[in-house]
Amino acid sequence: MSNVTLPHVERFRRKAAIGATFAVILFSLLALAPFALDQSITTDWVKLFYLISLASMWNLLAGYAGMVSVGQQAFIGLGAYGVFVFNDMGYSAYLSGLMASLVVAVIAFPLSFLAFRLRGGYFAIGTWVIAETIRLIVIRFSSLGYGKGRNISNYTADPTLRNNYTYWMALAVLVFALAASFTLLRTRMGLALQSIRDNEVAATSVGVNVNRVKRIVYVLAATGTAGAGAVICVQGIGIASPGEIFGVSYSAFMIFMVLIGGLGTIEGPVIGALVYFMMDKYFSQQGLWYLVALGLMAIFVTLFFPKGIWGEINARWKVSLFPVGYQVFDRKDVKKLGSKSNKEE
Amino acid sequence: MTWINSIMQGVLLGGLFAMSAVGLSLAFGVLRVVNLAHGDLMTLAAYLSYITMKYSGMSTWYSLLIVVPGMAILGYIVQRVLLQKALKMGELAPLMVTFGIAIIIPNSLMQIFSSNVQQLPVGALATSSIQLNNQISLGTFPILTLLMSVVLIAAIQQYLARTKMGRYMRAAADDSEVLRLMGVDHRKVYGYAMGIAFATLALAGILFGMRQGGVSPFDGQITVLFAFETVIIGGLGSLWGTLLGGIVLGVAQTIAGQISPEIPLLVGNLVFLAVLAFRPNGLMGKQALK
Repeated sequence: MSNVTLPHVERFRRKAAIGATFAVILFSLLALAPFALDQSITTDWVKLFYLISLASMWNLLAGYAGMVSVGQQAFIGLGAYGVFVFNDMGYSAYLSGLMASLVVAVIAFPLSFLAFRLRGGYFAIGTWVIAETIRLIVIRFSSLGYGKGRNISNYTADPTLRNNYTYWMALAVLVFALAASFTLLRTRMGLALQSIRDNEVAATSVGVNVNRVKRIVYVLAATGTAGAGAVICVQGIGIASPGEIFGVSYSAFMIFMVLIGGLGTIEGPVIGALVYFMMDKYFSQQGLWYLVALGLMAIFVTLFFPKGIWGEINARWKVSLFPVGYQVFDRKDVKKLGSKSNKEE
Repeated sequence: MTWINSIMQGVLLGGLFAMSAVGLSLAFGVLRVVNLAHGDLMTLAAYLSYITMKYSGMSTWYSLLIVVPGMAILGYIVQRVLLQKALKMGELAPLMVTFGIAIIIPNSLMQIFSSNVQQLPVGALATSSIQLNNQISLGTFPILTLLMSVVLIAAIQQYLARTKMGRYMRAAADDSEVLRLMGVDHRKVYGYAMGIAFATLALAGILFGMRQGGVSPFDGQITVLFAFETVIIGGLGSLWGTLLGGIVLGVAQTIAGQISPEIPLLVGNLVFLAVLAFRPNGLMGKQALK
């Protein structure tokens, strides 16, 4: 043994293990919620769940892979319209949502080759053009209701059952979004991703296959986003207008949620979605001024609190519910942590 | 003959696209900022022109003399106050700030002016046209916009080539750190570049509104895509390429419109995606996209 005391590196502290157990219990309880709570509450939560899913997926793109997209509404719309396609074939609306998400994954793969021709801000507008193009193609189909939107033809007739199924579907999409983010970031790819976000050239030089990693994230984010789109469609038993479901405002909401909550953290989008959900619930009657306020807040947060709410909390107290990073401790600290961590050395 | 007619109309439309793309190209070249609010700022300029007209009684053409310089000053201020701080924070922040602006402008306009189209009359020029033969006639106003676009691009080229500030801008585009080492205040250079970008987009926004017969709050969400497609089709880093990109997009749209009135936008987008797939550096691009 040398005299130099090496620092001790950990990534899963006991506090975090408690966090994980807590998450499992929380999601189990959430799954049981429709049996205990009033329908109006669970209906609200469906919205909260898809908002969190959307925010998490956008965060995966921008916060971890450095790809700012303002075209994720392409996949919301495709997920929603996919429900019609499979529903018309005779599958239940919920299964249709799942199938639509998988099909979107297949569509997103070739699209990534087009989108990745562009970088930075041009990537952002490029994804927007792709979303617009997809909308313009979708509205040419009479079976999809042209530009007028349409309703789901075979849906669960019983309102209570329908509500419960929709709730579980939204919860499943949420669990997928969070679990996908968490597991992806804890693998080697998570490290690769963060290195890409920080410096693409440097990442390449240490052997990261930048395009492959980015492509996987792009496809994964598209899949989760499509799932959320399917939930939106199923909850509304259809779509009022293609302009809305393919609208760039969805990108605005996603960006807002992630920025407010904290870009590049798993917890951030959850908090951001909660903030947005409350704002939407209480201020959306104010009309469009409320969107103007969102825009102002997005600018303010970007310039003055770039870490967002969770980032500020994290910087102050070093807490992490979903630990994906590595933490370095002095030997002195390790002793305080107790025997369990010493065994791992 | 109808095809030749639509091609010529497309070329004229392309002039307008090119004009709206110049500012986007310049801002990206000098500041490395992609302005997501580009289209909405065009719409804002058109509304400012409408307001000027309404309260002073002057024609749309004269309102240009007030709105264009006004927007140039606004561009300088936005750069110095908002974007300069964001630029220091990395790549994401300027995008977020411009996207925030892109949300604020159309929704505010919608609340203040409703979704109604506000008229921007062209005046006597609206109906006058040049008759080439019995099937082709070119409107004087579209011809004028194409000419203005060519003159504007030539003027900016000369400005960048011959003036001191223009040289600073090209230097900033190449390496802004070295520019700072030479003792130039890069913030001022950025501010001027953004001022010029805002002035050109204001001109394009008002002319676009005049061409369409008026302006409504969410027009910017389409014009930003046109401007962006024009830049990419033409190729980054080449202003004359931008003119070519505008013409290609304009011709694609008018020919598609000749086939079916429902598909011009779709075909325009598909042409853009095809260029992206097969000639990612654009038709006249000098550099790889970064």
